[in-house]
Amino acid sequence: MIVKDIVTLLDAHYVNNSGLENENYDVAFASDLMSDVLTIDIPNVLLITGLANIQTIRTADMAEIKCIVLGRNKKATPEMIELAQENEITIIECAYSLFHICGLLYNEGIDPLY
Amino acid sequence: MHLEYKVQGGNFSKAGHASGEIKKVLKQLNLNPMVIKRIVVALYEAEVNIVAHAYEGDIIVDIDDSKVHVVLNDRGPGIPSIERAMEKGYSTASPLVREMGFGAGMGLPNIKKNTDELNIKSVVGEGTTVDFINYL
Repeated sequence: MIVKDIVTLLDAHYVNNSGLENENYDVAFASDLMSDVLTIDIPNVLLITGLANIQTIRTADMAEIKCIVLGRNKKATPEMIELAQENEITIIECAYSLFHICGLLYNEGIDPLY
Repeated sequence: MHLEYKVQGGNFSKAGHASGEIKKVLKQLNLNPMVIKRIVVALYEAEVNIVAHAYEGDIIVDIDDSKVHVVLNDRGPGIPSIERAMEKGYSTASPLVREMGFGAGMGLPNIKKNTDELNIKSVVGEGTTVDFINYL
């Protein structure tokens, strides 16, 4: 599923758009625990999280994650957006709970990592 | 190539800054992306550990044709039992560390998983040294 369709499906919006609108994602991972995110060892994974602080972006950078969905109506901070811009990471904000986001994406064929 | 960075204990807004800078250097050197990822994940977990547990620390990175050697030294409380600290799920992290998305007792196991050689030395009341090598 491409990123712009994910945004539409989740009734979400970009807070940093690094030009990934047509990038396709087949696999997603949902966690608020960044050490869990750092165990991901395949590229091109969509991250769904309710953790909105600078470590979310640092972790994405280290784990080679290029697109983050912030759920539960969490808002990206200015320092998160700045670091995301520097590292070309797309951030999408969504009001839905993580369970709701995962359900919608799963229903559209996005697979879990494990 | 030799790199050195300072790390400030307790400063979560800067945690990972040094790892991000080192990642940029490793990318500029055109190293294998999978090797870079393993190094930076281990490095980032170790840097977060300094911020979470110690007063201050430094990171020293030496890169040659065959390997990347990373040493993280901190001045802090030390680790009473390295064996226990290596267990998945064991943590002494504060609620603040948990709010930042860490402190679930996965840091040292993640470091071990992502390094080829790992050596941890710690003196209670003085500090900890995490020394690891990844071969290129």
